[in-house]
Amino acid sequence: MMEIFTYDFMQNAMIAGILVSFCAGIVGSLIVVNRMVFLAGGIAHSSYGGIGMALYLGIPIFLGAGIFAALSALLIAWLTIEHRERIDSFIGLIWAVGMAIGVLFTDITPGYHSDLMSYLFGSILAVSKSDLYAMALLLAVILLLVHRYYREILAVSYDSQYASLRGIPSRLVYTMLLLGAAMTVVVSIKVVGLILVIALMTIPTYIAERVTRSLYSMMIVSGILAAIFTLCGLLASYIFDLTSGASIILVSATGLMVYFVVSAIYRRILYSTEE
Amino acid sequence: MKEKERTSVIKVSGVDFAYDRQKVLRNIEFEIYAGEFAAVIGPNGGGKSTLLKLLLGILEPDAGKIEIFGSSPLEVRNEIGYVPQNVDVNTGFPITVLDVVMMGNKNRHTGRRSLLDRMFPIRYNDIEKRCAYSTLEKVGMESFIDRKIGELSGGERQRVMIARALCAHPGLLILDEPTSNIDAKGQKRIYTLLEGLTPELTIFVVSHDLSAVTSYANKVIYVNRESYMHDLSEKPLSIETPEGEHFCEVEMMQMLGERR
Repeated sequence: MMEIFTYDFMQNAMIAGILVSFCAGIVGSLIVVNRMVFLAGGIAHSSYGGIGMALYLGIPIFLGAGIFAALSALLIAWLTIEHRERIDSFIGLIWAVGMAIGVLFTDITPGYHSDLMSYLFGSILAVSKSDLYAMALLLAVILLLVHRYYREILAVSYDSQYASLRGIPSRLVYTMLLLGAAMTVVVSIKVVGLILVIALMTIPTYIAERVTRSLYSMMIVSGILAAIFTLCGLLASYIFDLTSGASIILVSATGLMVYFVVSAIYRRILYSTEE
Repeated sequence: MKEKERTSVIKVSGVDFAYDRQKVLRNIEFEIYAGEFAAVIGPNGGGKSTLLKLLLGILEPDAGKIEIFGSSPLEVRNEIGYVPQNVDVNTGFPITVLDVVMMGNKNRHTGRRSLLDRMFPIRYNDIEKRCAYSTLEKVGMESFIDRKIGELSGGERQRVMIARALCAHPGLLILDEPTSNIDAKGQKRIYTLLEGLTPELTIFVVSHDLSAVTSYANKVIYVNRESYMHDLSEKPLSIETPEGEHFCEVEMMQMLGERR
């Protein structure tokens, strides 16, 4: 059992899991409090278009997905910055069109592409050293920006109109948030895949939002919870020989159930002592 | 004659505004002086919200001029405290009263932040905390400083929003329907609080609540595409329009009710 920690690929997988979990925990918290979950889902799915194009053009998959996701994020930002109420139609559009582009480009690319499923559901055991560097770089950038501009981000997230009136560039913050979501989706492709990444960005944050008193602690708690879920899921996938991405998500969902049960019991105890 | 000696805070002259081609405001004209408690009333769709956006500099007038403290609204942004309408607040948001009160406050009244403070923006230094505490004291909410905002009642939350606007020490406080979704007791408390802030502060409130307006405000601006101003300190509410129409309070209430 302990021998799994000695394998190189397993060590890489665990480091990748932790790095991506913190990216997803931090960005996911911001996405949740800004009510942009559906939007992150749109960006995640549309980045499949980038994967298809990268396959066709013969460029690295992550470069293709990264560029495509960033462009989708900028497009959504531009379309929705004035009319946030119309955001869902645009997201639905970008979601479907991105995936369709991906499928078409895969069709016209000669050869058989057996590993396409791995982009949708993750292949954490195939993480390379350069993937790890990319993940670490993204986490560093996210930490730096969120820490430095925490007050501005907090103001825009809580009340963007008020923030604008106080001279905070809320459009810039909004666009950066979307770009952050796009990049997090791209680095998560290896770990949980682009379909499952939304769960990693929302399940830990759902729990964290309820147990914390500030956005800052919500981000930290989300990151820690996501890391725990990822590592447990990874372990489960190794022991039972399952797809890692799916295991991680199901472990997270189980974690959420446990939270519901524990908080219900806690509330019952609280009421009974009050009586 | 007396008015000329007083400092003008808001001066709106001949303002027109249209969304696309639909004219919303026509020839709006009024002036508010320092220390006054002014209220804007009028039916829904009459242009109250548009007027507010113009005063905040979110929209620009098509014609005419808006001066706040003698400058354009955007130039004196830091002199204006704004309390938005109490709707669509995310009560689940993990944020404390202290965070809300300090929101968007530049260093103007809290001094320059040291390098250490700037390295940890999550922390508030003692000066900032004291500033937040004393502002919360003004609205009677100082004991709630570390509470999560979602745990407060509508009225309490609104008082925190007033504290947030006061924290930057503005000269003018603009409030949009400050007592919507708040029970009668909470409404009275908020209006009494606002009344207590004058005459050091000029207050401009948009409200549906005609009875509150007549008891607390000393100037009323009735906006329904055009504007009619009335000075309550000189005579009780009845507004004479340029066309010679004459509204008494009861008629106006009926009219507001009909068009609502």
